[in-house]
Amino acid sequence: MTAATLGERDVRRRHKIGSYVVMSAIAVIFLFPLVFMFVSSLKPDAQILSDVGSPRAFIPVGDISLENYFGVFDRVPVGRFLFNSILVTVLTVGLGLIVNSMAGFALSRLRWRGRVLVLSVVIATLIVPFETIAVPMVYWVSKLPTLVVEGGVLKYDFGWLNSYHVQIVPFIANAFSIFLFTQYFSTIPKSLDEAARIDGASWFTIYRRIVAPLAGPAFATVAILTFLPAWNQYLWPLMVVQQEELRPVMVGMQYFFQLNTAWGEVMAYTSLITLPVLLVFLSFQRAFVSSVAASGVKG
Amino acid sequence: MNRRSLATIVSASTASALVLTGCGQAGQGDQGGGDGPVRLTMWTHSAGNPAELEVYEQIIADFNESQDDYEVVTEAFPQGAYNDAIVAAAAANDLPCLLDMDGPIVPNWAWAGYIQPLELPTEITDALLPTAVGSYQDEIYSAGYWDAALSIFARESVLQENGIRIPTADDPWTIDEFDSALATLKDAGYDTPLDIGAEDTGEWWPYAYSPMLQSAGGDLINRDTMLSAEGVLNGPEAVEFFTWFQDAFAKGWTSSGGTVGNEEFNNDEVALSYTGVWNALDSLEAAGDDLLILPPPDFGNGPKIGGASWQWGISSTCNSPDGARAYLEFSFQDEYITAFSDKQVVIPATEGAVEASEYFGPDGDLQPFVELSQQFAVPRPETPAYPVISSTFEKAAKDIMNGADVQQALDNAVAEIDANIESNDGYGF
Repeated sequence: MTAATLGERDVRRRHKIGSYVVMSAIAVIFLFPLVFMFVSSLKPDAQILSDVGSPRAFIPVGDISLENYFGVFDRVPVGRFLFNSILVTVLTVGLGLIVNSMAGFALSRLRWRGRVLVLSVVIATLIVPFETIAVPMVYWVSKLPTLVVEGGVLKYDFGWLNSYHVQIVPFIANAFSIFLFTQYFSTIPKSLDEAARIDGASWFTIYRRIVAPLAGPAFATVAILTFLPAWNQYLWPLMVVQQEELRPVMVGMQYFFQLNTAWGEVMAYTSLITLPVLLVFLSFQRAFVSSVAASGVKG
Repeated sequence: MNRRSLATIVSASTASALVLTGCGQAGQGDQGGGDGPVRLTMWTHSAGNPAELEVYEQIIADFNESQDDYEVVTEAFPQGAYNDAIVAAAAANDLPCLLDMDGPIVPNWAWAGYIQPLELPTEITDALLPTAVGSYQDEIYSAGYWDAALSIFARESVLQENGIRIPTADDPWTIDEFDSALATLKDAGYDTPLDIGAEDTGEWWPYAYSPMLQSAGGDLINRDTMLSAEGVLNGPEAVEFFTWFQDAFAKGWTSSGGTVGNEEFNNDEVALSYTGVWNALDSLEAAGDDLLILPPPDFGNGPKIGGASWQWGISSTCNSPDGARAYLEFSFQDEYITAFSDKQVVIPATEGAVEASEYFGPDGDLQPFVELSQQFAVPRPETPAYPVISSTFEKAAKDIMNGADVQQALDNAVAEIDANIESNDGYGF
């Protein structure tokens, strides 16, 4: 072994240590808000404010208790809000995967007149901010036909306000998801379709048995990218849902901002509603990272 | 994605969606079912405030039990999201029958057609604090059970140690005395002697600082015409006041740092705090008998504080305004007003409730707030332009605090307010 080789190994090791130090520092910076949130959720308001600006803000010291969590459950129906958010999010993501992947399949695999125009229009809708169409959409959904249960009787009526489906249906079709599926499906060789067609497979069979099974990373990416906005919905449910029992978790945040904000309870509530997201992310961490890398999309 | 997982997603999602489509709830309609009582839907901004909700629940239970014609059902919204929910409901023609609203927004909602004239018996509205009644174009549209008030919190021992005169409602600090007190307290070791609440945002700014402007002789708008802010928001009196305001920050008498609330005063980190009645109990606990509740300084035209808090109105689309009025008439009883006052620590709107109040009665610790509210409260301008005036004022005042040219900032604000009023054809004035 030469001195030069030893020197190279030394340099490589130093680079490695250096990169780990930098990455650890960045990881710590990213973790600080989460640590601050969890630690503060255990402290009384006065101590949270007095600890801000010192390292104590990140350490569970002082008057530590679960009092803020009890306060949260007194002030907000947390369980109900969590159930609503989970239901709305799971259905929005699940139905979105089906509808958007089928749309992507039709746009990338089928040949029909106006295909390019439709794809262009779908992509063009991406530049319209939701806030600009929120009020017209409220008016629109308030006129849609629906079935309601009144006095134990199922009735036909108009208006989707105050329901679960008004929080789900408008967000199933998603232009970005359609675009992503279209792009991903176009990378799968068309010779597979042709072989299946010769064997007599229908287009739906090709979608279900050939293309969809090969598009795991695209499905995972779309699931991630639609999960967070669905979980974080605030403006829309605020406008279309008046009944407390149908509200999602993000609207619940506002319950704590009275004349004097209960910061400890805010931290306890945000800890509670962040936990499901963290659990989902940690459970699917490997799939998330590989799917994002495979699709070349950043969240 | 394998076939089994796709099939699972498809079947689960489709089945759930079908079930949910049948799970629509009844809307906010005010009719009851069949021959039963007429249902009156009522929205409040009180979600997350159990003390206030408890009183509403008591009133509603008592009212529903007292007669068979109407049934009030309530839905509570969080305060920060409430106005957006109302605007969305108005767009969808889905407003409730009864709704509460912050006092300054009443003229705008009346002008927009959200609410109708209240038409409660005058013996009820005349008995309320003037700032607990909301009007537009000389018509009453709302009435409230309470009001809030601002004051200067101080510790008696701190003022005495520093040889500072303790002001009274009849003999408040002049602005020169106030300046001198702040300089003395700064020299005594307080880094920023006054917590003026500048770290807060939104409606706090016009609520807290426009009364000071009025005390100096300016105003948010010419109240005689309600058509222009020219000369009142950018006149010499306004410039003088905002120059003082800017100097107070520049000299370190106050700051925009710190936290929203009254922690700094309670911890004796500031000597004076310009804050509201809602912080009084905590400060009373922190300072005990040493706490002084003082009038704000007189900038030349007597001390002024902001008036008008949350009030109740009836929507224009209410199917049973008579029922809504019956409920409101029932609710304006002294026992309920006292309950609101003592549970939330706000100033009762009637004399009878003041007498019965634990905190605001003749022997109550917070009695000075009643005096301040009765003597110095000024309502914010009763014009539909108020939301624009409010946000424009906040922007101008913050610019000035951060060092902008005072005259220029005020001229810009006036131009913006006047342009908005003109583009809305004067808002009915």
